[in-house]
Amino acid sequence: MKEIIRLCFVLTIIAAISAGVLAYVNQQTAAPIAKALLEEKMSAVRSVLPPFDNEPDKDMVSIALESGDTLEVYRGRKDGVVTGAAFSITAPDGYSGDIEFMIGVDREGVVQGLKVLKHLETPGLGAKIEGSDFTDQYKGKSLSNPELWAVTKDGGTFVPITGATISSRAITKATARGLRLFEEHRAEIFGDFPAGAGDTGTGADSTAAGGTDAEGEVRK
Amino acid sequence: MKAWNELIKGLWSENPVFRLVLGMCPTLAVTTSAENGLGMGLASTFVLVCSNMVISAMRKFIPKKVRIPAYIVTIATFVTIVDLVMNGYFHALHKSLGLFIPLIVVNCIILGRAEAFASKNPVWLSIVDGLGMGLGFTASLILLGAIRELIGNGAIFNIPVFGKGYMPLLLMILPPGAFIVLGVLLGLMNKAEIALAEKSGRQPIIRREHDCATCAIHTKWFDFTAEDKPAAK
Repeated sequence: MKEIIRLCFVLTIIAAISAGVLAYVNQQTAAPIAKALLEEKMSAVRSVLPPFDNEPDKDMVSIALESGDTLEVYRGRKDGVVTGAAFSITAPDGYSGDIEFMIGVDREGVVQGLKVLKHLETPGLGAKIEGSDFTDQYKGKSLSNPELWAVTKDGGTFVPITGATISSRAITKATARGLRLFEEHRAEIFGDFPAGAGDTGTGADSTAAGGTDAEGEVRK
Repeated sequence: MKAWNELIKGLWSENPVFRLVLGMCPTLAVTTSAENGLGMGLASTFVLVCSNMVISAMRKFIPKKVRIPAYIVTIATFVTIVDLVMNGYFHALHKSLGLFIPLIVVNCIILGRAEAFASKNPVWLSIVDGLGMGLGFTASLILLGAIRELIGNGAIFNIPVFGKGYMPLLLMILPPGAFIVLGVLLGLMNKAEIALAEKSGRQPIIRREHDCATCAIHTKWFDFTAEDKPAAK
């Protein structure tokens, strides 16, 4: 009995010291970790937006989606006018788990940049989705151009990474979905700065048509 | 002199990866590139040195019956510190090593050194032992990572070596590559050790009591008196 108490006592002391040390380290590193995470996200936002002169991290709108989630959209402005928006999209069908990435679009819904934030793809294979060789091919594309949002293997225009068709497909599909979300909510995104009437009309028309096309094709 | 021996034994005679064959989970999993090997090796070295130091300092205070939980708590504390600090200050590296940092807790080398060395030796020697073992582990991971990255990706430390025309052998950075490279390196190290021992006229480090090592390669070093085949031991 006496021994058990002694053993418990020693273990308790060791655990208590550990807990104290960890509490201190946690407190000390909480700020740098939060900063690193924010910086990671913001550098992605900055890299995908069209030229801007505001601080996108302070110009964020939350859009309520039909699915119940909220989409955080960071806006880039030039001389006070919203020139583009960046938001993160999660592709649920990566090779191993979700792929989260940031898309930047201009007012017309043309992709300005794409940056992968988080993924669990195979190093050396699927992990190459991070590289600009792959992501740059989405630049300048919109829902109506190309009409078929698919990788070359499925008859589309996007060249998948060798040996990582599943990851490439997931990104392509999710980008198209992101562009559709953008179209559906562009009024909210640009809410306080409506675009020129005619401009918005044609843009929305053409992309809406392309949108349904792409949807049908991608789902094949 | 004793301290020096404790330091260099981790590099060759008691190399954790190639001699003791401990800590295979991180060894096989993270060595897809030389950089990952270096990061994992240094993180493990830090934990190993700290846990060896603390465990050695507390060796008279920890009762034998609860030593394993006491070691695990100590090791887990240092691993969590590494995890937090790396996440805050070396965010990119933390991202690529991700899951494997918390797993240092169950790395056999660290518990193994605590049990086999730190619990029986003074603080100073335990630190040196941890450092030596850690450096041996790091060197092994870099070697494995560099070979796999070179063949599987045509680069070392992300610097292209073979140029654009090289068609990478992807198998090498996938899990099978880890086993293939480890197996080949283990074999080469054993061969080199036997050759070295023969030259200097001593017994090779691959001892008989290491049953895994008593394969056909080493037959000539052991005296199988009754039957002349290693299988019937």
